[in-house]
Amino acid sequence: MKLHILLFSFLFTIVVSGQERFLTKQGYTSFFSSAPVEDIKADNNQVLSIIDTSTGTIAIAILMKSFMFEKSLMQEHFNENYVESDKYPKAKFKGQILNFNSLDQNEQEVTIDGNITIHGVTQKLETLAKITRTTDHISVQGSFPLKIADFNIKIPSVVVNNIAEIVEVSFALDHKPYKK
Amino acid sequence: MKNLFIIITLLGIQTQILAQDDLFEILDNEASQDKNYVTSTFKGTRILNGHSIENRNKGILEFVISHRFGRVNLGPDELYGLDQSNIRFAFEYGLSDDIMIGLGRSSFEKTYDGFVKYRALKQSSGAKSLPISVSLFASAAYRSINDFEPGREPSDSDRLSYTTQVLLARKFSPGFSLQITPSYIHRNSVELLKDPHDIFAIGMGGRVKLTKRISINGEYHYTINPLESIDAKNSLAFGIDIETGGHVFQIILSNSITMIEKSFITESTDNFFEGDVHLGFNISRAFQFGKHKKSKARKIK
Repeated sequence: MKLHILLFSFLFTIVVSGQERFLTKQGYTSFFSSAPVEDIKADNNQVLSIIDTSTGTIAIAILMKSFMFEKSLMQEHFNENYVESDKYPKAKFKGQILNFNSLDQNEQEVTIDGNITIHGVTQKLETLAKITRTTDHISVQGSFPLKIADFNIKIPSVVVNNIAEIVEVSFALDHKPYKK
Repeated sequence: MKNLFIIITLLGIQTQILAQDDLFEILDNEASQDKNYVTSTFKGTRILNGHSIENRNKGILEFVISHRFGRVNLGPDELYGLDQSNIRFAFEYGLSDDIMIGLGRSSFEKTYDGFVKYRALKQSSGAKSLPISVSLFASAAYRSINDFEPGREPSDSDRLSYTTQVLLARKFSPGFSLQITPSYIHRNSVELLKDPHDIFAIGMGGRVKLTKRISINGEYHYTINPLESIDAKNSLAFGIDIETGGHVFQIILSNSITMIEKSFITESTDNFFEGDVHLGFNISRAFQFGKHKKSKARKIK
């Protein structure tokens, strides 16, 4: 009898936690740098993101090598010289979507508060995002500025006119219920 | 019953904690198990004298200028060799991400050369990983100098020689790469009867990265059956790669004075360790034609 209840409670918690999560594997992130000499844009369509709806926690993992640039040499330099993708393959974000459980089905603006890790450096990040939550999907969109120097990424003086000090990061993440 | 209650409560708390902490674990598990190709085994398309496995990607045109000066041990009268100079300039272009072609002209024996390099296999990690990268290289060189004895003008065919190489490389770590280059060189004509028409050589090259943009490189080619009509020496080179934006700049010390395979592998006559060292440069400037990868990005409203 005891075992019975124990097993049942186990099953129950697993099932519940299974339904509590929303995931995307094809999230979108881009960054845009506007400098006197040139504009640089890179897109990534393979962003992984997961939301735990019981807590409003969001976790995002971005493979740096999946950023696509218009010029392939830029892509090479980005990975080799700036973000050092061999050493730091992923950028990560973990944060809290504030007031997550008071959301209704309409698009609303929320604050996301958390920590972002790029190039091995973790910084606090608070940003506004548009969120739409229904029973079978949660979409989160927004953008925020990022100061490159905050992440210990140095821009050599030769290309100081090619790369902006602050880049604009945009994201669009369309989560679906996650089943194991 | 009381115990059971405690256990259940504990379990409940535990799963709650788990639910918060393993989000990244789920993401890791869900991450596509696709192949992850190793990139930038070498910075440039040359280790120093010879080709590396690296290609220029589709649409990149690279203008390459290389110099090899005279012997450093010529002394101050020749400004340590700088008064003499061999030059090769070339246009090299990425037809696709895997196929690269080039056309060059060397001042040494007024030689024209053309090559094709194909990246056959790429080192990768993840599913079905591959420990090494393999490229295939083929080139033809046309010696246009008219230095023949009267009445012994070589035919066009006699002026040609061919090089075939298999480039095998592995990036052991972000800072250390190694390449082995078996080479086969065929000459349509030779100086003396005892000179081999077919020469086999094995090259070895590597790089050690000092900083993100600077690496130290070394390269050595061992010739199995060298030319007999000259005092042929194996080619040895040391150098530094410096990268700045669209340029890769290589500073080279070598006992070879030429920059194409058939020549530096088989025709080097200087002895590196007796001071017959030549200073040299490879300078390249890359231009992009067309767009690299059309991004299928969705527009954000």
